[in-house]
Amino acid sequence: MTTEPGVTKGATTSPTPEGGSPSVPPIMGDPGPSGRFGGFGGRFVPESLVPACAEVEAAFRSAWVDPAFHDEFRNILHHYGGRPTPVTECARLSQELGVRVLLKREDLAHTGSHKINNVIGQALLAIRMGKKRLIAETGAGQHGVATATAAALFGMECVVYMGEVDTERQELNVFRMELLGAEVRPVSSGSRTLKDAVNEALREWVASVGETHYCLGSVMGPHPFPWMVREFQRIIGDEARSQCRELLDGADPDVVVACAGGGSNAAGIFAGFADATRSELVAVEAAGGAALSMGIPGVLHGMHSALLQDEAGQILEASSISAGLDYPGIGPEHAHLAELGRARYVAADDAEVLDAFQLLARTEGIIPALESAHAIAWVAAASGAEIPSGSTVLINLSGRGDKDVAQVRDILRGRA
Amino acid sequence: MSSDRPPTTGYLPGLLESTLRARRDAGHKLLVPYLTGGLDDQWLVTLEALAGSGADAIEVGIPFSDPMIDGVTIQDASRRALERGTTPDGILADLSRVDVGVPLVVMTYYNLIFRAGHARIAGLMSQSGVSGAIIPDLPLEEVGPWADAADRAGVATVLLVAPSTPLDRIGRICERSRGFVYAVGRMGVTGEQKVLAESARQVAERVSGATDLPVCVGIGVSTPEQAATVCEVADGVVVGSALVRRLLEGGGPEGAAAFVSSLRRALDAG
Repeated sequence: MTTEPGVTKGATTSPTPEGGSPSVPPIMGDPGPSGRFGGFGGRFVPESLVPACAEVEAAFRSAWVDPAFHDEFRNILHHYGGRPTPVTECARLSQELGVRVLLKREDLAHTGSHKINNVIGQALLAIRMGKKRLIAETGAGQHGVATATAAALFGMECVVYMGEVDTERQELNVFRMELLGAEVRPVSSGSRTLKDAVNEALREWVASVGETHYCLGSVMGPHPFPWMVREFQRIIGDEARSQCRELLDGADPDVVVACAGGGSNAAGIFAGFADATRSELVAVEAAGGAALSMGIPGVLHGMHSALLQDEAGQILEASSISAGLDYPGIGPEHAHLAELGRARYVAADDAEVLDAFQLLARTEGIIPALESAHAIAWVAAASGAEIPSGSTVLINLSGRGDKDVAQVRDILRGRA
Repeated sequence: MSSDRPPTTGYLPGLLESTLRARRDAGHKLLVPYLTGGLDDQWLVTLEALAGSGADAIEVGIPFSDPMIDGVTIQDASRRALERGTTPDGILADLSRVDVGVPLVVMTYYNLIFRAGHARIAGLMSQSGVSGAIIPDLPLEEVGPWADAADRAGVATVLLVAPSTPLDRIGRICERSRGFVYAVGRMGVTGEQKVLAESARQVAERVSGATDLPVCVGIGVSTPEQAATVCEVADGVVVGSALVRRLLEGGGPEGAAAFVSSLRRALDAG
């Protein structure tokens, strides 16, 4: 186990990174007015949306230094969202893998995933900006459900864009959003998955920007979204770091692992460890949507990042068993963390993921989301090799698998 | 339309700007039809037909897989063109083989430019007879590296002003724009509108007050009547979806030419 020199047990969950001298900018800090993480990020949007992005940035900058905003954000996440989520020791899984596995239990947050952290933050911000309507894109449906939930909580109108392929494979989440009072608009353009839902949400935002906030679901899109969403999600990492130090007698885990599509749960947990610890950070992409393992730099959805694309720059369709990771890009800060070498980006394929899904269910009584099962799958494959036996591994269990049970049943029975 | 402001200096106006200025200063309204490059195997014939029907410049779309500022018509056209195997290099190679007699402006998304490399694609554009480029997802803050490469290659980077753009920002956009200034007529994506948005005239007025460059309004200008109305305050119009829909419906080069002629007549009568 590794510890950061000079950092004592029981450190607080301050939103500002600890450690390092003041003259060295934090690795996961403020990307400045240009929204750059190293060379990545930026604000590549049509002129119509530039003032709206600037308005969101100004509102976020003012809210994020306002103690009253933080208090409200944390209070709602505590009393309504169920935070802090626990860190669970996995005795049986640890025995099976030969490494000590800890799970950060975002599956226990309200709505069943970490997505609630971001939407509560953005809904509060929308209210602060005087906007009464939220739009969102969703892949697996988790972010859509979370946005619909926040809209219901605050009495706001909500429209969710979801690729047709995803409305079919995540039918229950569509119904869930409708129960919560949201309108789900299926997107039939392009590959009819998450990427096209983002296109459609951006198109709708251009037309309705006066009264509508685009509640983007991951650490992607134009500045300030990649930074703002990471900040709303860093509560995962800040909590987990303190919880681990209590469990590990002041030490930090050797490895922190999270799945990454757009990369919000990974960014959230990494934010608690990148500057404050020496823990190795590993993000696991879907083998069929591995923007950082297989992609090349480009510009899509308002950001400069790593993308799956062809020779001419046309975006390729990602393909994964998990709708939430079916995205040909990744947040720009991840491209920067990869370039710095501060985080490592690996991939798990669908077969490994299905095995991991069942492994966690059998050994720990926890059914993970297929997205989160990517992180389990990599740890299972790497234990005893890339992860030396006896290491301590913290996995961000970003969501629960109820939504995936029918799909997995069909696959295991050979019907899909 | 002119203002008290001096013309933008510091660069030599290229073919696009000098052509459009000359037409405007001679009292004509500017007509810039849009055509998706590689749409079908007749697209170069269509291009020539547009030039022969009163277009002052032609906007050629280089299709992108994820056209986020485009509505369903241009999305459809882009998909069709891509399914035919259309590539940026292929379109520029096609254009290098024709001379339609009016300036050509490409419209595309930044990833294709970025992937190709700024200097390489700017050079290819120039060699292919393209005199301008419109890249709608490259706003003022991000346009620098491309616009510098384009300036060096003699390709005019046409910047856009939206109804939501604040006044002080309009001035800065106009200073960096080359060729003309593209005034976005409505808050929304490309696509035909039954009624011209009120914002179309407003944005044209605000931009015209900030620059001596020609000002053309596009997005949401669909009919000869709408074009004429906008041109009461603007120097010209860009018409895309209304034309491309006719092509998607099988109107062919003749149908496209007839529509552009009707736009021309409406502008000349105004």
